Amino acid sequence: MRILLLALALLLPAAAPTYPVVTPGKPFAFPRDHGAHPTFRTEWWYVTGWLKTPEGKDLGFQVTFFRTRPPTDPANPSAFAPGQILFAHAALSDPALGKLQHSQRIARAGFGLAETSARTTDIVLDDWRMKRTPDGRIRTSIAGSEFAFELTLTPSQPELLQGDRGYSRKGPAPADASYYYTLPHLKLAGTLTRAGTPVTVTGQAWLDREWSSNYLNPRAVGWDWLGLNMDDGSALTLFRIRDAKGAAVWAGGSHRTRTGQQTTLAPSDVSFSPGRLWRSKATGASYPVAPTVTVMLRGKPLTLRIKPLFDNQELDSRGGGGPVYWEGAVTVPGGRGYLELTGYQSPLKM
Amino acid sequence: MTAAWQPPPTTAARWMVIGEWRAHPARLVIGALAIAVGVALGFAVHLVNQTALASFDRAVRTVNGAADLQIRAATPAGFAESLYPRIARTPGVAAASPVVEIVAFASASTTGTANPAPMTLLGLDVLRAAAVTPSLIGLPPDRSSPFDPDAIFLSRAALTAAKKNLGDRITLTAANTSRSFTIAGILANTGNDQAIAVIDIADAQWRFAQLGKLQRIDIRLAQGMNRAAAMAAINARLPADARLVSPENAQASSDSLSRAYRVNLEMLAMVALLTGGFLVYSAQSLSVARRRPQFALLRVLGLRPGALTVQIVLEGAIVGLIGAGLGIAIGYGLADLAVTLLGGDLGGGLLGRGEVHLDFSAPAALVFAMIGIAVAIASSLVPALEAARAKPAIALKNAGDTTDPRHRPAGWPGLVLLGLGGLAALGPPIAELPLLGYAAMALLLAGGVAAMPFLARALLAPLQNLSLPAPLDLALKRLWGAPQQAAVALCGIVASTSLMVAMAVMVSSFRGSVDDWLVQILPSDVYLHIEGAETAGLDPTAQARLAATPGVAKIRFLRQIPLRLAADRAPVILTGQPDPAASIPLIGRTIPVPAGEVAAYISEPMVWLYNLKPGDRMNLPLGGKSRPVFIAGVWRDYARQFGAITLADRDFTALTGDRTRSEAAIDTAPGTDPAKLITALRQRLGPVIGAQAMFAEPRQMRAVALSIFDRSFAITYALEAIAIVIGLVGVAATFSAQTLARTREFGMLRHIGVRRGQIMTMLAAEGALLGIIGVIAGLALGVLMSQVLIHVVNPQSFHWTMDTRIPWPLFAGLAAALTAAAAGTAALAGRRAVSADAIRAVREDW
Repeated sequence: MRILLLALALLLPAAAPTYPVVTPGKPFAFPRDHGAHPTFRTEWWYVTGWLKTPEGKDLGFQVTFFRTRPPTDPANPSAFAPGQILFAHAALSDPALGKLQHSQRIARAGFGLAETSARTTDIVLDDWRMKRTPDGRIRTSIAGSEFAFELTLTPSQPELLQGDRGYSRKGPAPADASYYYTLPHLKLAGTLTRAGTPVTVTGQAWLDREWSSNYLNPRAVGWDWLGLNMDDGSALTLFRIRDAKGAAVWAGGSHRTRTGQQTTLAPSDVSFSPGRLWRSKATGASYPVAPTVTVMLRGKPLTLRIKPLFDNQELDSRGGGGPVYWEGAVTVPGGRGYLELTGYQSPLKM
Repeated sequence: MTAAWQPPPTTAARWMVIGEWRAHPARLVIGALAIAVGVALGFAVHLVNQTALASFDRAVRTVNGAADLQIRAATPAGFAESLYPRIARTPGVAAASPVVEIVAFASASTTGTANPAPMTLLGLDVLRAAAVTPSLIGLPPDRSSPFDPDAIFLSRAALTAAKKNLGDRITLTAANTSRSFTIAGILANTGNDQAIAVIDIADAQWRFAQLGKLQRIDIRLAQGMNRAAAMAAINARLPADARLVSPENAQASSDSLSRAYRVNLEMLAMVALLTGGFLVYSAQSLSVARRRPQFALLRVLGLRPGALTVQIVLEGAIVGLIGAGLGIAIGYGLADLAVTLLGGDLGGGLLGRGEVHLDFSAPAALVFAMIGIAVAIASSLVPALEAARAKPAIALKNAGDTTDPRHRPAGWPGLVLLGLGGLAALGPPIAELPLLGYAAMALLLAGGVAAMPFLARALLAPLQNLSLPAPLDLALKRLWGAPQQAAVALCGIVASTSLMVAMAVMVSSFRGSVDDWLVQILPSDVYLHIEGAETAGLDPTAQARLAATPGVAKIRFLRQIPLRLAADRAPVILTGQPDPAASIPLIGRTIPVPAGEVAAYISEPMVWLYNLKPGDRMNLPLGGKSRPVFIAGVWRDYARQFGAITLADRDFTALTGDRTRSEAAIDTAPGTDPAKLITALRQRLGPVIGAQAMFAEPRQMRAVALSIFDRSFAITYALEAIAIVIGLVGVAATFSAQTLARTREFGMLRHIGVRRGQIMTMLAAEGALLGIIGVIAGLALGVLMSQVLIHVVNPQSFHWTMDTRIPWPLFAGLAAALTAAAAGTAALAGRRAVSADAIRAVREDW
């Protein structure tokens, strides 16, 4: 997942400085780990979810703040030294529109214009914000040319530590890993402004927090990621990293019930069946927008047929040097969430 | 004549025009040429200036990358970077891009040339610049990191100047530091004229001693934002040492760079056109006088006076049309030649030697052609009205001067015009241009020409009662008796002579004053200038090292930095130097500085541009604060048209915190060879600064300065030469026309026993007398007009004054040449007229 980071990865030259390696068995401490981990190469605060307008219409949305640490000469005393780069991206999926609207901000950290906090979630990027209040609520506000929103996300469940207590393997080598936790089932309230008209929205969201120094295996050409808030209060996370032949380099995920019973999924527990392909007229890429996934939960297969909110949730960010990918709101019987499909237009390079 | 036969008067008129031109093609050619020269000069000057402005504008926009607004530091020292977040958060600002901008040199050792290649080095935050000035972002072909401290992006011009290719290493020197980079990409969208290098802003700050400082913030405004409100909000946040510059400001500032120069040249071209107008007038007058019987015949045949006027004016218009067409073609060729030979600013030294592309401008061509035609029509109007007024019955018989010799020509119209001219010269500048000064010149010229009949009589009156040989007496009587004809011949001479004299006096006064000034400001033996030292010059250790060089008797260090006082004006030059009061050419009195205040000496242009005088206080935006200084005196400066301020060096250091120096004046110890000393000094500077160091001796500097002066006046000299040629051609044409018209008179004279030789002598005497009168009047009028140029036009356009110097040798030569030309052409024309059979000539009369 989290493909937009690729655009940032391209900013990094081959000779990288020494970044901390992600190792298992490092306990998380909150709220400290809600904050930034600036020594790691990459990090994100990734919110996806569903909004309901006063007319009862469903919209998908995504807002993400990325942080990367490009290699710099630590001796450079300039306040402009690009020690940290912040990037944020937001998108809105409206079936009435039939395509995505999106907006972004990017800056090198500094001068109070682009800052993160190492104590808790507190990010400023020009006029975009994401801030966690002491009571655990997360407020985020973004403003683009086509839309703006201000949302308050209220956790209804504790942090879900992915993988081995937050150590999430992403490839065959133990170092191909990230620190990864999730806040599913976030209650959402706020304001969405389009064409200058603000409306009150409610809904449900999902926050992924991940930081790492070595995310993608060199064999990988793309990945699929799925996060579902189920109506019964459970949460399902799935990801699959694909090689050039379409086979999984790695796969994984988790399932946690409302009561907190958590199952960590091994590569062999996850299978994707592509199903119907939607071909983008704009880019020519074909995406399995309605896959069927099967996971083994405590020895029992759980099969979910995924249905997109609408087909064209493709995002072409090549104009800004980014990739082409599909990321959209999806439903399954008894649940809804977000699906990300990358590397279908051309292999991702890192 | 019956009503049954009505000859179409227009047909007759056409025959007459064509017949006239066929008989006297030279007249048509001279009239058209005179107009052509004026139109050509006007159009050429206009084209060259438009081209220069366009290329200058392009240069400014290229470096600025087309931001909506820009905050610029008042000095190259920059402003504190803390301004950046304050500006970025200002309502209405959609994006703000911080910029470090310094002058850097690609080192001579890497370029392999004698001179280091200067370029504008920009330190950018690509992530911010992407939203404001995308054209300044280099694209690395391999998509490597834009933050790579080793990467540099060059414009094509910079690549060419440094003789480098993509992927090469390049060493840049700025702020006394050298650093090498790999050329990672090309700035594809910066055009081909500007040498620009772009690196990451953090590295620019660190490697080139700019930590904590910015020279620029480029701004993009939010869409639909009230621009004025946003500008006000930004202005409210600016410290003393930063200025908000809008594209209009920048345009005004670049426009002001050459505006006065440009307008002056165009006015000179208009003056040439005016001279052409006088020539058309004199040719038309003569032609009308000659054809008076023909016109009378036409009138008798039924042509209305109005129709006659129209016909003569039409003749003028046709001459004008031919001249204007020719002028546009010549003008374009001239402009092309001037741009190729002298550069975009005609050698004015205001623009760099960028590539200049000349564009043909159809609207401008039309305007100048129309002006040429209008001048030709206006010049024909007076003779046309005169011809229409003449009584047909008398005119049919009489080909001479229609006015009665006993009638005294009135002097008052000329005096009134001269008086008005004097009044206009006292007027203030309009829109910072000496428009009233030019009006004064035109009025003086018109007054002088209008006064000619009166003046000719007044000058000839004392000669009337002398007993002279018959030919001379005849010549005198003729001129005295026919002052109008004399005036027609004279007006061309007077107009061209006076303009020529005015320009010559002005240029010689200017050149003399500049020469004196150069002697005054260059008292030392050797001068050192560090090129591109805006960011940092010689530090105190380097200064001490130079001072200790054997052979140096005394060394004075100076620091010069550009200082932007107003957003819409070009920066002034701020100088710090030891004991300014003793070493700058002060004019007028100095005022004692009140205790505790800092003395500043301003150059003459500052008095005009910033409305300052000794005893005033002004604020200098230095070191982030407004620093009040006391204006103790004014000094003469011909080098910096946009103003200069001099402070004592310790005050300069105290206000700016800058201890480095960018120039030095060195007095050598007795018996020291300056060339050897320069070598020794260069060695002590070391390779980095040594490459930027320029040494010169005052003799060379004076020669260079005067050659620059002469180059920038090259166009003026060219105009003068053309005015002289027009004047002489005018004299020749007028005389030959007048002489040929007097064939019958000569026949009569021969009849009563005057010898051919005597007639020739009479004609030569007439010519010489006219020439002398013309030269005297022209010189007097010219000196008068030169005073307007010196005391009104120059101070108002260039903001400096000069002392009048009369170029006597030139005057003497001019007088001799004009008199000789007048006498010679009159005699030449006379030979033709006199050679005709006397009997036939007399018979023609009946």
